[in-house]
Amino acid sequence: MAALRYALLAGVMSAALASAAAAETFRWGSSRDIGSLDPYSYGDSFTINVMNHVYEGLVRYDRNLAIEPALATSWEVLSPTVWRFRLREGVSFHNGNPFTADDVIASLKRVSHADSPLKGNLPAYKAATRVDDFTVDVELNGAYPLLLNDLTNIHIFDAEWLAQHNAEVPTDIAKGIEGFATFNANGTGPFKVESRQPDAKTVFVVNPGWWDTPQHNLTRIEFTPVSSAATRVAALLSGEIDFTEDAPVQDLPRLAAAPNVKVLERTDLRTIFLMMNRRDELAEGGKNPLNDLRVRQAMQKAIDLELLRDRVMRGKSRAAGMIIAPEIPGYDAELDKLTPYDLDGAKALLAEAGYPDGFAFVFNCMSDGYVNEEQLCQAIASMWARIGIEPKLDIAPRPVQTPKRTGAKADVWTLGWATLPMLDSYSPLIQIIHSRDGNAGVFNWGDWSYPEIDALVQKASVELDRDKRLAMQTEALRIVGEEVIAIPLHQQPMSWAASAEVDEIPQFPDNKPRLWFVKK
Amino acid sequence: MTDTPVCPARPATPSRLARLRDSDLWWSFTSHPTAVGAAVLLGLMMLAALLAPLIAPQNPYDLAALELWNAELPPVWVEGGQWPYVLGTDLQGRDVLSAMLYGSRISIVIGIASVIVSLAVGLSLGLVAGYFGGIVDNVLMRIGDVLLSIPTILIAILVSAVAREMLPPGLREAGAAAVLVLAISLTAWVQYARTVRAQTMVERNKEYVQAARLIRVPARRIMLRHILPNTMTPILVAATLNFGLAILIEATLSFLGVGMPPTEPSLGTLIRIGNQYLFSGLWWIVLFPALHLCLLVVAVNLLGDWLRDALNPKLR
Amino acid sequence: MIAFLIKRIANAMLVMLAVAFFAFMIFRFVGDPVEMMLNEQATQAERADLRAKLGLEDGFLVQFGRFVTNAAQGDFGISYRNQQEVIGLIAERFPATFELVIVATIISLAVGIPLGVVTAIRRGAWYSEALQFLSIIGVSLPSFVVGIVLILVFSVTLGLFPAFGRGETVQIGWWSTGLLTELGRAAILLPAVSLSLFQITLVMRLVRAEMLEVLRADFIKFARARGVPARIVHFRHALRNCLMPVVTMTAMQIGNLIAFALITETVFQWPGMGLLFIQAVTFVDIPVMAAYLCIVSFIFVALNTMVDIAYAVIDPRLRGANG
Repeated sequence: MAALRYALLAGVMSAALASAAAAETFRWGSSRDIGSLDPYSYGDSFTINVMNHVYEGLVRYDRNLAIEPALATSWEVLSPTVWRFRLREGVSFHNGNPFTADDVIASLKRVSHADSPLKGNLPAYKAATRVDDFTVDVELNGAYPLLLNDLTNIHIFDAEWLAQHNAEVPTDIAKGIEGFATFNANGTGPFKVESRQPDAKTVFVVNPGWWDTPQHNLTRIEFTPVSSAATRVAALLSGEIDFTEDAPVQDLPRLAAAPNVKVLERTDLRTIFLMMNRRDELAEGGKNPLNDLRVRQAMQKAIDLELLRDRVMRGKSRAAGMIIAPEIPGYDAELDKLTPYDLDGAKALLAEAGYPDGFAFVFNCMSDGYVNEEQLCQAIASMWARIGIEPKLDIAPRPVQTPKRTGAKADVWTLGWATLPMLDSYSPLIQIIHSRDGNAGVFNWGDWSYPEIDALVQKASVELDRDKRLAMQTEALRIVGEEVIAIPLHQQPMSWAASAEVDEIPQFPDNKPRLWFVKK
Repeated sequence: MTDTPVCPARPATPSRLARLRDSDLWWSFTSHPTAVGAAVLLGLMMLAALLAPLIAPQNPYDLAALELWNAELPPVWVEGGQWPYVLGTDLQGRDVLSAMLYGSRISIVIGIASVIVSLAVGLSLGLVAGYFGGIVDNVLMRIGDVLLSIPTILIAILVSAVAREMLPPGLREAGAAAVLVLAISLTAWVQYARTVRAQTMVERNKEYVQAARLIRVPARRIMLRHILPNTMTPILVAATLNFGLAILIEATLSFLGVGMPPTEPSLGTLIRIGNQYLFSGLWWIVLFPALHLCLLVVAVNLLGDWLRDALNPKLR
Repeated sequence: MIAFLIKRIANAMLVMLAVAFFAFMIFRFVGDPVEMMLNEQATQAERADLRAKLGLEDGFLVQFGRFVTNAAQGDFGISYRNQQEVIGLIAERFPATFELVIVATIISLAVGIPLGVVTAIRRGAWYSEALQFLSIIGVSLPSFVVGIVLILVFSVTLGLFPAFGRGETVQIGWWSTGLLTELGRAAILLPAVSLSLFQITLVMRLVRAEMLEVLRADFIKFARARGVPARIVHFRHALRNCLMPVVTMTAMQIGNLIAFALITETVFQWPGMGLLFIQAVTFVDIPVMAAYLCIVSFIFVALNTMVDIAYAVIDPRLRGANG
């Protein structure tokens, strides 16, 4: 009865709203705002994902996440360090300017500029030269097998527009000037920016002159950040938004039961794991027990992964034994075995290591990080309390926690890695596991060093034979597991929810909404 | 009920209880059913909070006692509910009743502590400012002006967020309550100080004080023994109402995420956590703490309201 | 009079300087803007470079001086997070908060004054007592609980009003208003009610107290004795005499309401200054936090000063009395 009344009300409500707005308006209630309209001004993959509706790369992922031509129609490898791209002709930017080789060169220069927060996303880039209007040669530092993967996320700007508005280099906010590209956008993509009010609303309208045949039927996207999860759910139920890319897992049953909402879920490529401080001292002083393999093993054994999956993640996650998901090249099912939950074994190992009474350490988690992270950390803390060690939970938003993690003020912390946009196990190995050294080991916040792994990763980085390269990477991942450098937890669930009026909305394992495939 | 002392002229001072029972205040109290009800309710809640370790089925702070298998149980009268989890459990398997009892304990302790701290600061600064006047008075009152020129809630949020950030992680949980007391007291003392100061300036010039000064009674003694008692009536009312306000501010800060941490939840923290599950069917996680908080503050304010009326002869 | 004006304004400026110092002090010690602005992959050298560029290595007084000079000109720097001029961000959000506060104030007056009159003239009647009792409950309910309940009942269960945001807004110059569209008016109702609840009880209690005072006055007794009908006595004579304090309090409370709106805005995801502030706290966006504190305090101090001055104009005796 209540459900029926609800259904009627919801129907009336959504009918009323539908008549008020055009049927093809797509209202996206996201969990957070984009950082800027300039995908190069802010090193943040969510911003890049959203701006991909406006800007495009030379290549892109198709519906099956295979690389397909976008602004480049074809490419060839002239030598291991020089790639030649043929560009698509007849493409124009939103302001009408034609797309040519100069735009590609200006964009590559911009993204790899010393001030660019995204320069790490194109590490192999050295220089680009114009061959003719529609041909560009890209020169690399060395042989690099993953260039195309990187290029999917390098958005192409209009060179003339950049020059005209003095935006040829990425915004440097330290100079105290607003960047023109921060509030204005001019891409080649399927949608144009109509207006933007940070944290309140950003409106995109369809680009009628898009070079590709639209597979969507949207005319307008209203992107509204709604940071409170409960409010997002309420707004979906009452028909105020059409879609959210972050529906709280605990509300999925209710959303699924509502007649006007449908839920889309799958496991994300993102694997969540715990990383540990490996310096000589703990964050708050004293000898660091985490350098003892037995202690790390004990901590791993004390975590009941299946219980976490069933309770905290409501059966929606996939418990993991490795730091990468099965879809990622380099994965090995043999290595992806869960460490059995073993309380007594854990206690015995701790005693053997000389810590029968445990020790206290700082456990750093984010309140706005991964799916149900606060819950997850609290549950793990209580599991650890049972073997007598004393985690001191430190939970705060990401911007507050990151400096503590990088600055040796945390002993154990959560980290999630999806290997995007590379989609290869090379990504966590070089960025997290490798010793800190220049561009390598940037996320090696605990300062560990395994020369054996470093050697394998170095060799893999220049190996052009895919199978040989992956074998080396898998071997490195085996050592990661054996040495418990990280404690893998799970691939987290990805839950989208959309209004029943949305006919088609494909979901991808990289958790990136691609609204150019949406039919409403 | 009236139990007049036999010889009011020279009693061996009647017992405090008897004096109380004889007072106008007591008479006013017993003739106000809402005041009695509020007092009983408040008494019960304070007692329950005080005895929480004895009566709560579980120690919600003992991480090792939480059993994830028992998470999300509904209250016992709902299908699926289980003893001893009378009001159900939260997402960590924490007993809601226990969390609530311990949570109200934190809320009440922070409320009382901030009233005490702000009273101590406010009374002494008010006395000093009023008694000595001059530059001391000027400086203190300007500080008060500045503090009152920023909305209380804003100061509390800022102080709480800032102070907690500056504590080392190990001290953060232990220090959270102290930080909240500081954040709330920082503005609350001004009201007491102003009241006492005004009263002190009046009393200072009265003959009995002048006389005491002549016979060289120390200033401290004059202030504490003679002036202070005369300012007590408005202070008592303000303190009661501020107690309710302090509980509210604490709950608000915790709700906004700058108060008590989830490992040591106050009522506000419990509501913040529960609010995230408002639509998941886990209504008991948010409903009971919210009710408890409302009842607590309502009881305090009813009592304060009655006290104000009872002590204000104009309204009688 | 001029002397009083100067003194009062100088006082207000002193207070603002102290607020600015407070803002600057606090924000200088929280978080690390460098971490916020740079990519996670930035090197130590890049970090040091940015620190220098932001002036974080300069002396304390130099930084404070720069802060005050700029703030006085409305320049609070660039938001670390949105990379937009802070003053622009706040100006963009100001209309949302202002409309919310104004609507809440109107509701509180429209409801509070009649209730106050009724409880005063029907003192002792059961419904007056009940209203008095309810008013205490009104001040006791945490505003976030009220907001949650309103959303649960009116948005989710009944589907009558939106659960978040401003609905549809219309741009008039730099001002964006939600009051001209139906969706906008529907959206403002719940948050405004939730914000006004506390204010309603304040108005009601003030009106009641003032009415009781006035009703004892001689001119009321004379009017009654002359046989003027009760309704005219109450509303024309008595109420009119209570309105001055009500107007004063309402003016002075606007600053408080703006601050309290941050709770309402958080619950209803209302895109006003308060939500901006809470988000800034979350993201350690120091310039936004500093600007919000200074601007809200400025409104607060300005209103108080104006009320003081207005009073002094009306009642010259108050000019000397300066506590």
